[in-house]
Parts: sequence; structure tokens; C-alpha cells
Amino acid sequence: MSNKQMNKSYTNIQTFLLVTLRILLGWYFLYEGIVKIANPDWSSFGYLMDSQGAFAGIFHAMAAKTNVVAVVDMLNKWGLTLIGLGLILGFLTQYALFFGMLLLIMYYCSHPPLASVAYLMPQEGSYLWVNKTLLEILTMAVLMVFPTGHIAGFDRFITKWTKK
Amino acid sequence: MKNDNSKKDHTSSKTETQKIGRRDIIKGLAAVPVLGAFSYAWSRKNNIDQTFRKQMREVVNLTSQPVELAPSVKDGKPIRIGIIGFGIRGKQLMRAAGFPEPSWIDEQIKAHAENKQNTNYQSYMEQEQLNIEVNGVCDIFSVYSKEAAIAASNVNREGTVGKMGKEPRQYKTYLELLDAPDIDAVIIATPDHWHSPMAIEAAKRGKHVYCEKPVSWTVPETYELVKVVKEKGVVFQLGHQGRQTESYTKAREAIEKGILGKVNLIEVCTNRNDPNGAWVYDIHPDASPSTIDWTQFLGQAPYHEFSLERFFRWRCWWDYSTGLNGDLLTHEYDALNQIMGLGIPGSVASSGGIYFFKDGRTVPDVLQVVMEFPKHELSFLYSATLASGRSRGKVIMGHDASMEISDRLVIKAEAESTQYKKKIEEGLIDPNTPIYSFTPGKKGADGFATATEQYFASRGLLYTYRNGKRVDTTHLHIKEWLNCIRAGVQPSCNIDQAFQEGISAHMSTKALLENRRVFWDADKQEIV
Repeated sequence: MSNKQMNKSYTNIQTFLLVTLRILLGWYFLYEGIVKIANPDWSSFGYLMDSQGAFAGIFHAMAAKTNVVAVVDMLNKWGLTLIGLGLILGFLTQYALFFGMLLLIMYYCSHPPLASVAYLMPQEGSYLWVNKTLLEILTMAVLMVFPTGHIAGFDRFITKWTKK
Repeated sequence: MKNDNSKKDHTSSKTETQKIGRRDIIKGLAAVPVLGAFSYAWSRKNNIDQTFRKQMREVVNLTSQPVELAPSVKDGKPIRIGIIGFGIRGKQLMRAAGFPEPSWIDEQIKAHAENKQNTNYQSYMEQEQLNIEVNGVCDIFSVYSKEAAIAASNVNREGTVGKMGKEPRQYKTYLELLDAPDIDAVIIATPDHWHSPMAIEAAKRGKHVYCEKPVSWTVPETYELVKVVKEKGVVFQLGHQGRQTESYTKAREAIEKGILGKVNLIEVCTNRNDPNGAWVYDIHPDASPSTIDWTQFLGQAPYHEFSLERFFRWRCWWDYSTGLNGDLLTHEYDALNQIMGLGIPGSVASSGGIYFFKDGRTVPDVLQVVMEFPKHELSFLYSATLASGRSRGKVIMGHDASMEISDRLVIKAEAESTQYKKKIEEGLIDPNTPIYSFTPGKKGADGFATATEQYFASRGLLYTYRNGKRVDTTHLHIKEWLNCIRAGVQPSCNIDQAFQEGISAHMSTKALLENRRVFWDADKQEIV
């Protein structure tokens, strides 16, 4: 984390809202990870196969290989869980945000809300170009630019220790 | 952003001490209680799910494990096979038995190269070797006969550039093949009017028989075949590979446990909408009176001059075929006979017509058959069209629940059920959502798939394809037959099941052609 970023100071309400946003996003990631770990039958296969749009070919090719699916499964289960823990605890927050965005970008590319496509996955809302995944990506980008881990989170200790 | 001097501890000013103080600890660990709340919420959710599952298991108590495949019986000695008929089905059967045409292997490799998702080749190569050898082939079209011999020599399952084994003998007539001393068992994949005559001659010679469905073309030969098979004690398997479908086994268990309550109506269908599905098969360019033994093709069929159409599209004429009744009704009937032990219907009515494929055929392309089973107090409705592909599943309707069977199996409770009345009132059972769903191959299936899983599975995107393994039911059906030969027992679609299948199909055809309701006299064992 650069000094420039860390030198930001927020009002109480700004800090409160940014930290709350970070924690809730973390909760969301953590639960998505935990349910997948808890379900021995969960696999990314169906989701990969359901891909549409310009990048669908790449995701379909991934689904075709059993060992690739196994790696994708592992990265999703533990990636989501660790990112979730990182965001809640404010631990390695910037890294958690970075990898979280990376995952979300993959989801967005795999299931772009284009005008011309329909997905198997039931959706609870209506989306055109902009969907929740895209908003989450942007939310994480905002949290990256306005970091809070060093204010309320384990990153506070890291910051102190590395400054000694 | 406004600076707030009171928030100095938020910044990393060089004047600040770098020591970790009490305030740091409080703020650094500020979010830890959130994890406590998360754990609490997670355990609550788990508890609710577990309680729901436990209560549902009390309602639908089906075996939670996937159906195990029977292990192979291997006594070391290969079974020596002969194949009669190497048309569309004959080729599929030989493949399922482990002897693919080299050109077919080429096609699969090419298909995979063009589309990595197509893993047919990989799945095929993983198919178990059945410890058999093909010592004789017979097809009255010389091109097919040669192709059969090449496939039979493809012991390493290679493409056209691969190394082949020894080619088996090509027999001109099925009787010569059946007389061969180096053949223990035969696979019969000929037109319908040849099934029983060939199976009878094979059984008379003590050869085990795998016969394509339907079992017979006429009623009298059905009786004769049963008699000969039983007298000779050969192992007979009728080619209803649906017997190997996992969801049918689950369906049977659900029926036996009374989960549907009193079943009173069964609805099964055939929906096809392409020329191939309507039996308008390709005519081979090398076919001619000099490459086809037309006299042998006719057999017991009425005389007709040489016709390429009739030879390749024989299913379209009653002269050689049993129509929708023998080709497709029998699959549906046999599935339900397997699931519910229906036996022969008390009566059958039928109607239909040639409404779309006006190509000179004599068999209907749209057909309805209604079978009554007074013993079970239920009706069985078969409805078929060869000119509309709208999917209609197999549905078994009971007073307490209904069950829809495809590759998967889904059971929904009836809103007016007596058995589930209390549970519905308590809100435990929702008649709009399945009380049980089974997807083949799923580990530890307990029937409570999430909504997402159900969406994927219903579109064939889950489990059946997992690990790239899709097991061919025809392969399993042949394997069962071979295992039974080795063990000296009868397989699942044995001659008794075949008799019930044959008679039910004949009753349907008779009802249609005679335009009347046809009855089964159980005492005399006769159609009246």
C-alpha cells in the first residue's frame, strides 16, 4: 500500500460507511465460499458450461477438462472464502480486493448481461450490460482507492510493524 | 475530502509513535465480532437445512447411494460372438461391445480436434473391455458385411491407420453363422421380421442370444421363441438398454415404497421431428441387386420386387416392421414394466394415422395407444408423433404424488394428497417443489438439489457429464448379458419380459389395424 493512499483521512461517517461496506462485501464473499466448501457436490462445471458472449469459448474449454475444472473449483471455494475473511478482518485488504475483482471480472466475462443472451441460471432481477457483478467490481475498486484496512482491521498492525 | 484532526490515528504521520497501543488493538480487531455473527448465522442456517432434510427423509426414504454398477464376471475365457445385421443398430451394438469401425474412430478424433468439448472419443476409449471375440459376421448387403468384418478385427479400437487384428469369417446366411462351432453367442440386429426366426434357430443350436427389440413380428413366433429358449436354457437378453438406466431403478424403489400412493395413470410419449427419427434413412450409394441378397431379406415377408427404399427404410412398411408399436412404444412399455411390473395389459385400444410423412409408408407417424391394466387398476397412455419434437416426459400419476422420469427423476407431492395432508398443512411439503429429485451419478444423492443444481441438471449440464464419463447404457446391457452367460443366469430383459413386451406390442398393432379394442385372455394366454 502506498503512503499516498494511506495518508488519506476520513470523517467519522466516511470511515464508518467505508468499513461497513468492506465488511458486508466480505460477508457476501465468505458465505459464497463456505457454501461451496460445505457442498461436496458443488462444481463450477455447470456455470462454466452456461457461459455466453465473446469469451464463452475459453470457459467452455475449461469445463471440458476435468483437471482444469478441479482447479477452478478449488480457486473458487478457497478464493471466495479467503477474500471474504480478508475483507471482514481488514487483513491484506488491498490484495483481497485485487483478487476479488479478478474473480468478479471472470464472472462478468463468463456471464455478460448482453441484450442477445439468455442464461440457464435463474436471475432475480433484470440486467442489461450493467449487472450486480459489474457494480461489485466497481465497489471493490472504490474500496481499493479508499482503503480502510489500516484504520479498522489487521492491516493496522501490519502497517505499524512494517514501519518499525 | 475534509481533513479531521481528531482522526490523527487514522493517518501514518511520522510524528506518531509506531508502537501498537490499546487503541490500535481495539481498532485492528474491530471487525472480529462480525465473524462471530457470521458463525452464528451459518450454524442457524445449517440447523434449519439439516432439520428440513431429516424431516424430508422421513417422507421420502429412498436409498441415498447411487446405483452401483454390477462388477464384471471374468472367467478368463473370452466369449465368442457372431453378429447378424450390421446396419445402423448393428454398428452401435458392435461399438458398445468394444468393436468400433475404424472410420467411426477417425470421426470421433476429428470431432474432438474441432471441438474440445466433444469428449466422445475419450469416453469411448475408457469403456470397459468385455473379454469377447467376434468370430463371425453376417449381413446380406455385401458392403455392410465387409464393414462388419473390419470392425470385428478392430481389437485395439483404432482409426483407419491403426493396426487391425484378424478379420472374422463373413457368412452369406445367418444359418451358416449359427452352425459355426466357434461361436457361442449371437447379437441379432436385423429388421423386425427376422428377429424371432433367427433367435429361434440360434437357441435351437444352444447359442446365447442378444436380440434387438421388438422380440417378434408375428404373434405365433413369440410363443415358439419362448418355448425354445426355455427348453434349451440359453441366456436371452432383449435389447431394451433402458433397463440399465439408473433413474428407472430409483423409480422402482419409489413405487415399491408407496411414495406416489395409488398410481392410476401413466403417460409416456415419443416425440421426434426429423427424417432420420421418422426412419427415412440414407440409401447407400453402392446398394444394388448385385450387392444385396433380396430374397434372403424378404424371408417370411410378402413378395415385393427389389426396392432400395424398402431395404434401407424397412421400418416404414408393415411388411417388415412393427411400426411405432415395435420400435418405440416397446421402449416406453418396457421401462414401465421394469419400474412397475405391469405385465400384459388386460385390453388395448389404439388409433393414429399417416399425417406428415406421406412417402408411401404403411405404418402411422402419429399414434395413440391406451392400455388398461385391471389388475393394477390403472391406465397406460402412449402418445407418439414423428413430426413434432416437443418434449413430453414419462409421468406416473398417483393420488399422493406424481413422478416424472427422464435421465433424472423428480417427485412432486399432490396438493390433495391424503398421505401428505398433515405435512402439507404444516408447511413442510410444498406441492409446487419436488419432494425428491434424483440425478444419476451424483455423489451421495439425497434428493435435495439446490435450485441452481436443478436448473443445470434438467438441461443435462450436471453429473451425467461430470468427470467426462458418460456410460453408454447399450454397453451395460450387453455387459449384463455376457456376465449372465458366464454366471449361467438370466438377465434383466429375459425371455419372460420379452414375451410381455412382444404381446403388448402385438395387441397394440392388432387394435390399430382391426380398429377395435383387443383383450388378453390370461387363462388361455391368448390375444382375443
